[in-house]
Amino acid sequence: MSDYVIPFFMALIMIIGLAKKVDVFSEFTEGAKENLKAAVSVLPALIALMTAIGMFKASGALDFISMAISPLTNFLGFPEECIPLAIIRPVSGSGALAVFENILTDVSPDSFAGRVASVIIGSTETTFYTIAVYYGITKVKKTRQALPASLAADFTGFILSALTVRIILG
Amino acid sequence: MIKWIFAAMLIISAVIGAADGNISEVSSAALNSCVEAVELCIYLTGGMCMWGGLMRVAEKSGITDVIARLFRPVLKHLFKGLDTSGKAFHAICMNITANLLGLGNAATPLGLEAMKRLEEEEGENEVTSRNMVLFVVLNTASITLIPTTAASLRLKHGSAAPMEILPCVLITSVCALISALVIAIIFDRGDRK
Repeated sequence: MSDYVIPFFMALIMIIGLAKKVDVFSEFTEGAKENLKAAVSVLPALIALMTAIGMFKASGALDFISMAISPLTNFLGFPEECIPLAIIRPVSGSGALAVFENILTDVSPDSFAGRVASVIIGSTETTFYTIAVYYGITKVKKTRQALPASLAADFTGFILSALTVRIILG
Repeated sequence: MIKWIFAAMLIISAVIGAADGNISEVSSAALNSCVEAVELCIYLTGGMCMWGGLMRVAEKSGITDVIARLFRPVLKHLFKGLDTSGKAFHAICMNITANLLGLGNAATPLGLEAMKRLEEEEGENEVTSRNMVLFVVLNTASITLIPTTAASLRLKHGSAAPMEILPCVLITSVCALISALVIAIIFDRGDRK
């Protein structure tokens, strides 16, 4: 179904554009040219962030932190298997998918931990990456409450994923 | 804020890497990740140029106007002081449309377009504007209608009902977005200086 959306959306824009007598080719290339410059300006932020994430993942810090906070998560009713996922999720999208795959290999997707992990993947986003890239294209250095607010969303997501699975799926 | 996290990640990686005996992995990760960042940027550039071009055609054809009109009643209360007929507002609406349709690859280029336009309309500054924060929050905590990635991986690992998580995902992502918006609005410190 979702395979239809993009091609037909593009076709629709072309049809309406031609009907409105827009020079669709030169407008397209003009818009593409503008964004080419913008894309390059994101690169420094990407390099900083991905270097930090790559080193962090390789160092084994993930397991170390998981172990350190497990008493707190047990208290909140959050499955232990999902702690590494909760830590990596705000930082790295591909890292989170790899951890999610590991969880589903270790436990059944229909177990409590498997369901909670699925809800986390389905309902949260890669917070740090989004903030770094979105602000990376602007001159902004002080992002104020953007990060705390986004992390609050992630935290709410982790707590509620365990809660909703327990209540709705039993 | 970002500077502390960036520094902390590098320091923690060095210390724990050395303590755990992973220091050679940390070293090669440092050298390889920056190359991966360039690869990702090339990948992003393709998307940004393609969607930027398409956006411009859609703008000239009056299509973004129609989509913006659908979102205007809701979004005009959120983004205060933003011209709802301007390019920034149009790009914001296109980004939200892509997010709702689950088109993550299209949402990022359109989101970057919106950030660039917001900066043009609100003026360059070292401090973020309120509207920028709200827009970024809409993307870091966006509502998921259909969790396609999670469901397909569940199916692959033999789930009896891959889509059973749908109500949980919907409730969780709506509550996460609400908590993010509430915090973003409560801790808004007014005009930037």
